[in-house]
Amino acid sequence: MKRDDMVVEKLRAALGDAVEEVSDFRGERTVYIRKDRLIDACRLLRDDPDLRYNFLADIVADDHLPDYPRFAVNYHLMSMPNKHRLRLRVWVEDPDDGPPTAADIWVIATWLEMEVWDLMGVRFAGNGSLRRLFLPEDWQGHPLRKDYPLGYEEVQFSFNWQEIDAKKPYAKQ
Amino acid sequence: MGLLIPQASDTIQELSVEELRAKVGTGMEIVDAEEHMLLSMGPQHPSTHGVLRLLVELDGETVVNLAPDIGFLHTGIEKTMENKRYVKALVATDRMDYLTPMSNNLVYTMAVEKLLGVEVTPRAKTLRLILAELSRLASHLVWLGTSALDLAAMSVFLYCFREREYILDIFEMVSGQRMMVSYIRPGGLWRDVPEEFVPAVRKLLDFMPAKIADYEALLTHNPIFEMRTQGVGTISSEDAIAWGLTGPSLRASGVDWDLRRDQPYLDYASYDFKVPVETAGDVYARYLVRIQEMRECLRLIRQGLDRLKPGPVNIDDHKIVPPPRAELGQSMEAVIHHFKLWTEGFSAPEGFVYQAIESPRGEIGCYLRGNGTNKPARVHFRGPSFVNLASLPLMSKNRFIADVVAIIGSIDIVLGEIDR
Repeated sequence: MKRDDMVVEKLRAALGDAVEEVSDFRGERTVYIRKDRLIDACRLLRDDPDLRYNFLADIVADDHLPDYPRFAVNYHLMSMPNKHRLRLRVWVEDPDDGPPTAADIWVIATWLEMEVWDLMGVRFAGNGSLRRLFLPEDWQGHPLRKDYPLGYEEVQFSFNWQEIDAKKPYAKQ
Repeated sequence: MGLLIPQASDTIQELSVEELRAKVGTGMEIVDAEEHMLLSMGPQHPSTHGVLRLLVELDGETVVNLAPDIGFLHTGIEKTMENKRYVKALVATDRMDYLTPMSNNLVYTMAVEKLLGVEVTPRAKTLRLILAELSRLASHLVWLGTSALDLAAMSVFLYCFREREYILDIFEMVSGQRMMVSYIRPGGLWRDVPEEFVPAVRKLLDFMPAKIADYEALLTHNPIFEMRTQGVGTISSEDAIAWGLTGPSLRASGVDWDLRRDQPYLDYASYDFKVPVETAGDVYARYLVRIQEMRECLRLIRQGLDRLKPGPVNIDDHKIVPPPRAELGQSMEAVIHHFKLWTEGFSAPEGFVYQAIESPRGEIGCYLRGNGTNKPARVHFRGPSFVNLASLPLMSKNRFIADVVAIIGSIDIVLGEIDR
């Protein structure tokens, strides 16, 4: 717990208002960082000799539809020397104007951001290699968003067989 | 020479670099389009351990550049799980990393339990540990067999699968399924293990050390195997951390890091086991680490069996686990709980958690956000195979194309987990 507080103190001392909010849930510390100060915060967390968050475990985007701001991006950091985990959370109002890429701090971020862009559609500023990673190149939309339809097949009964069959998307001839 | 790329129709077309880049969709920087050859390796290729496509730029036989193209097995598991109730979503985790279903069950279950704020019983913890280690052993056996097969060591493959089959029989004994076990569930386990479980695992512990010695006799000092693996696919410890490598691949690069010891979960802190570390960072080092890990698995399982005490395997809260069948005939409350649980499931509070455990491939993490309903609002898995694959281009650069096969084998990927 002490280390949790030290991290926040250090961030507040060095970056001031970059820390928007701090929350604890089930023993996990989450630090909400302003989007435009994210890289400064990451650099401090990685390079400060007392913190040394040298390992980026994961980047997860979260869709809070219908709330605003709608998207949140989580960075799960780990400090191997201190055996400590920390979550940075960034609110994203416009998915096309997402957080800056963390690739300069942790190389793996390029790869993880690609997944986020593909499935959630949050565009990371400065990541030049954002492309479809899992889905085909010509795919429309981002499936992990909450407003993305789940897909549904209408059930055909004898009385409406023709009607529904006409709408079904498969080769008719 | 123009650029040659095989098409689906088996004709060879000449394309401009721009057309090709748009077509291949891997975003790879092509160094010299005029002189080098572009080879599409996979998605249907036996050495890619699933449906992985690699776009390789070759100068003669030397790899200049390489880019993985994934997504052929994408089934939208995260989206599916977000639309299922907490317990029903569990079955999707088996299908992710199908070689180690128990670890996947465990990480998801632990995330759900963290979100709910419940603590499982000691017997459930010990059994979970034993099963997770059995699963690690089974997974390492598949890795050893297939990666040796890629290097043309056929017999190792057959021996490994024979022993793995024994472990799968144990899984079938406890859960009714060989691979898609769904056995570790929120609140404990599906049910207690049968009586035959402990003797069957003890038998495994008895014969397994000799089998591991057999594999080592076939490979460890085999000159062909050494030549194919030593100094191949090296990655430094700094690069390994920066590229997010975890598991045996990280430990083979000299980074002494294992979540079981360094951020203990279950009861690992009280168990006595070594974390094998090698410093060479090549394919051979990864082989040595995994072989030693198999021995440590056996030690952990043995200690687990010794500590196994009778007791309940599920928590007493029937809002989360169903009441025992026998109670249903006598207690109205049990009937209500049973009905509510199977029609509605349980609800988790608002909040988000991240739970990470050491799977056979590295850190598997589960991010889970609850929104007060009976379905998770967001499930995300940090797949160790997915992240480990990212450093494949770095490891394969300036190696022969045949080494790429050895390197893929050594990072031990499962495409089901990469694509999810």
